[in-house]
Amino acid sequence: MNGAFRSLLVPFTGRPIAALGLVALVCITAAAIMAPIIAPYDPSKIEPVFRLLPPDAAHWFGTDQFGRDILSRVIYGTRLALLIGIGVVTFALITGVPAGVLSALFPRFGSVVMRIIDVLMSFPALLLALGLIVILGRGVTNAILAIGVVYLTTTSRITYGLALRLRTEAYVEAANSMGAGVVWTIRKHILPNLVSPLLVQASFVFAFAQLSAASLDFLGLGAPPEIPSWGNMLAEARIFITRAPWLLFFPGLSIAITAFSLNLVGDALRDRVDPRFREMLSGNRR
Amino acid sequence: MLRVSDLSVSIGTSADFVDIVSSVSFEIGKGEVLGLVGESGCGKSMTSLAVMGLLADSGPWLRTGCAKLEGFDVIRLPPYRRVEFGHGGIAMIFQEPMSSLNPVMRIGEQIEEAIWVHEKIAGATRARRARELLDMVRIPDASVQLGAYPHQLSGGMRQRVMIAIALACKPQVLIADEPTTALDVTVQAQILSLLRELCDSLGLSILFITHDLGVVAQLVDRVAVMYAGRIVETAVVAQLFERPAHPYTEALMACLPDPAHYSRRLTTIAGHAAKPGEVTKGCAFAPRCRKVAEICVTNSVPYEQLSGDHRALCRFPDTGLQP
Amino acid sequence: MPLSGYGVAAVIEKPILDVRELSTDYTVRRAGKWFKVHAVKDVSFTLAKGEVLGIVGESGCGKTTVGRSIVRLAKPHRGKVIFGGIDIFAAAPDELRRLRLKIRMVFQDPFASLNPRRSIGDSVAETGDIHGLFESRADRWRQVENTLKYVGLDGSFATRFPHELSGGQRQRIGIARAILPTPDVVIADEPVSALDISVQAQVLNLLADLQEMMGLSIVFISHDLGVVGQISDHVAVMYMGRIVETAATRDIIDRPIHPYTRTLMAARPKPDPKIRIKAGIETAEPPSQLDRPLGCPYAKRCSIATSYCVTNAPPLRTLVPERMVACHNV
Repeated sequence: MNGAFRSLLVPFTGRPIAALGLVALVCITAAAIMAPIIAPYDPSKIEPVFRLLPPDAAHWFGTDQFGRDILSRVIYGTRLALLIGIGVVTFALITGVPAGVLSALFPRFGSVVMRIIDVLMSFPALLLALGLIVILGRGVTNAILAIGVVYLTTTSRITYGLALRLRTEAYVEAANSMGAGVVWTIRKHILPNLVSPLLVQASFVFAFAQLSAASLDFLGLGAPPEIPSWGNMLAEARIFITRAPWLLFFPGLSIAITAFSLNLVGDALRDRVDPRFREMLSGNRR
Repeated sequence: MLRVSDLSVSIGTSADFVDIVSSVSFEIGKGEVLGLVGESGCGKSMTSLAVMGLLADSGPWLRTGCAKLEGFDVIRLPPYRRVEFGHGGIAMIFQEPMSSLNPVMRIGEQIEEAIWVHEKIAGATRARRARELLDMVRIPDASVQLGAYPHQLSGGMRQRVMIAIALACKPQVLIADEPTTALDVTVQAQILSLLRELCDSLGLSILFITHDLGVVAQLVDRVAVMYAGRIVETAVVAQLFERPAHPYTEALMACLPDPAHYSRRLTTIAGHAAKPGEVTKGCAFAPRCRKVAEICVTNSVPYEQLSGDHRALCRFPDTGLQP
Repeated sequence: MPLSGYGVAAVIEKPILDVRELSTDYTVRRAGKWFKVHAVKDVSFTLAKGEVLGIVGESGCGKTTVGRSIVRLAKPHRGKVIFGGIDIFAAAPDELRRLRLKIRMVFQDPFASLNPRRSIGDSVAETGDIHGLFESRADRWRQVENTLKYVGLDGSFATRFPHELSGGQRQRIGIARAILPTPDVVIADEPVSALDISVQAQVLNLLADLQEMMGLSIVFISHDLGVVGQISDHVAVMYMGRIVETAATRDIIDRPIHPYTRTLMAARPKPDPKIRIKAGIETAEPPSQLDRPLGCPYAKRCSIATSYCVTNAPPLRTLVPERMVACHNV
C-alpha cells in the first residue's frame, strides 16, 4: 500500500511547479472538507451593515453586496467545485468508458456509437451543455449531467482509441488462444491498462468541468443562488466591477487556481504514462 | 585505416559512473571487414554510435577514447568539419531500413539529399550519380526505382538503398549495425555478397556488427568478440573458428545448433549475461567460465597476446598448446 | 500407401493433429486495384503423438498463419484441422473451450506476449483461471510454482512482473503459460527468434526436455533451418503459402530435394569460414505476395524450372516413403 502511494507521487518529484499544483489541490480538498471549521463566518449570513467592505483584518477577502464574507463563500465554494468535478468525471467515466471499450471490441456496434459521439462533438462544449440544461432545467445535478455529457464524448473517444490498440496486443491474442471470452479480456487486459491514461484524462476533465460549471453558474443556469458557487459570485459581481473589484477577483482567482492546478497535475501524470519498455539487458535482442 | 583506442562509454555522473563500453580498441585496415560480435547488451551498438558521434546529449556519454581516421580524431570533430571530411569518412547503415528511410520521399530524392550534404553538385549530375549508386548496389531497373517510395520496395531492396545512401558521401569506412538481421536468409546472402564486392572494388573498410556467428564466418576478415562492454578476443576469422581462445567465444560457438550432427541437447552457458556494472572486480565472464580460478575473480584481466593477430582477454586462453 | 497430401504419420498410427487442405486468402488494395493474396494454400500435414514437426520458411510463406489457424486465432477459408476426431472449425462452443485447453501456443515476442500489468503468476495461471480449473488459491499457487520449476525458474518469480525479467526468462514464462494445464499439442511460433544465441540454446533444450517429460506434440515454426533441425523429428518447408517439401529432419538436411529447400540450405550462413556461400546462388528477388502465379510459385526463381512449371502447379507427391516434394522435375 505504501509503495503504491509513493508511486503516485513519483511524477511530481523534481517538478516543483507540478508539485505546487498537487499541493494546491490538497489545500482545496482540505478546505472543502473542513469548511465549517475554517470559514470565519456563515457564508449565507446577510449583514447589510457590512456590505461592500474592501478586504481588511475582519474580512480578509472583503464582503459582497449583501454583507456576506467573501472568504467564507470562497471556502464553501470549494465544496461545489469538488462536487461538480467528481460528479462530472464519474459520469463521463461510467458512460464513456463502456461506450469506448465496447465500440472497440464490437465494430458494428462501435460504428453506430462513434457516429453519435461525433454528432455530440460537433457542438461547441458550452452550447451543448446549455442546450441540455434548457431541456433538463437548472440545478446542480442537471449541471453535472449536462457537463458530463459533454465530456463523455472525449472520454469515449480516448477509450476507443486505446481499446482498439490494446485489442491487437500480443497478450490479448494469447488470452484469446487460451479461450478467454470478451468479459475476461475486458476485465483482465483492457481495463487495467486503461487506468493510467484515464487518470490523466480525468484530471483534465475535472479542470474543464470547473470552467464549464462556472460559466453555467455565471449565466444563472447552474447552481441556485443560495449555494455558494464561484460562478454565481462572478455573476453577482458584474455590476460592482468598478466599485468593488474584490467581489470579482477572489472567486475568479479560485476558479483559475483550481483549473490550473488540475492541469498541472494532469500534465505530470501524463508524462509518466507513456510506456517505457526499453530493456537493454541480457537474453533479448532488439 | 580506422583506429579506435581506449573507447569507453558510461552512464551515470563523472564521479559515479558505470561503463557500458570499456576500453575498446580495434583497427580496421583499408579494404578490410572487421566483425564485431556479441550478444545483446554487450555494447557493440553503443560502440558504433560512439564512433559516429551519435550518442545523444543525455544518457550514455563518451568517457574516454578516440577514433582516428587518417590521423584525425573523428569523434571530437565539430559537425561542420565532419561534413568537410565527408562526414568523417564514416557512414552507417542500420538494422531496420524502413525506419531509416523517409516514407514520404522517393528513393531518388533521398539519395540525392545524401549527395547534396557532402557535395554541392548540380541537379543533373546529382541525379546521374544517384543512378550510379543504385547500379553499384545492384538494384535492377535503377532509373525506374529512383522514383519509387520505400514501401514499394522489398526489405532487401531497401537495405540496398540504405547502402547506396551510405556510399553517397564516398566514405572510407562503413559501419553496418546488424543490417541483415531483419532479412530473409536468401536475401541476406545477397546483401553479404554485395558488401564483400563493395569492399573489394572500392577499398571500403567495414565494421560489421552482428550477433550471428554464421554471418561472421561468411563475410569478415577479422573478428572482435565483445562481452560485458569489453573486447574479449580479436582474431583472424579462420583462427577464431578453428581454435577460439577465450572461454566465452568457445562457449558461444558450442551453443550453436550444428546441422552436420544434431546432438540431443545443445550445450549452454551457465548463468546469465553480465549487466553493466554487475561485475566490478576481476573478469566479467568469471561467474560463468568453466576455467575460472581464484585469480580471475580478484585481479583484473590482462590481454594475452597469442600468435600474430590473435588476442584474448583471459589468463587461461586456449592456445592449443598442452599445459 | 499414404494418400497424397497427407503426412507420414498417417501410415504409422492415428495422428493427434490432422491438417487438411488449409487455405486462407485475404484481399488487399494496392494502387487502386484489388488483389487476392493466398496466404496459405492447400496446406496438409499430420502430427503424430509425441512428434515435433518443424515448419520452416521465410517471411510471407504463411507458416505463422498456419500456426495461428490451428489455435483458431485466424480463420481459414477452406480446410479442416482435425483433433480428437473433431474438426476444430466446426466445433460447438463448449467443445471449443475444451479444445483450447489441449492445443496451446507459445508466441514469438517475449516482450509483447505478456501483459505488463499482470504478475507472472497471474499470466501463467491464466488458462486455468479462465476455465476455472483450480480448486483453491492454495491449489492454484502450488500448480503455478510447479510449472515455474518445470521451466527452470524459481517459484518466487510468480510475484514478479514482466519488466523485471530478461527476454529468455520471459520466454520461459510464455512456455510455462502454455503447459499449465498440460496440453496435448503446442504450437510454437518462432519461440527463439528474438533471443540471443546462448539463451536460445537454453530455451531449445527446455522445449526438448518438456516434450520428453510430458509427451507433448509440437509444431515448431521458424525461419531458421538450424534451429528447426535441432528440435524437430520431421520438417515441412513452406514457400508462398504452400508446402513444397516434407521429410524426416535428417533427410531434409542431408539430402534436400526441392530446389527451394536446397537454396535455403545453401543460403544459410554456416559458422565455418571455409564454407563460404557461393556468390550468385540466388539472383532474383523474392516475389511479391500479390503475384498469383498459375504454376509453381517458385518457378520464377528456380534454376531447373521449365515452361511446364510456369503454367502447372506441382502437387505435393510422395517420392519415397517419408518424403514428399512438390516439384515436376525431381
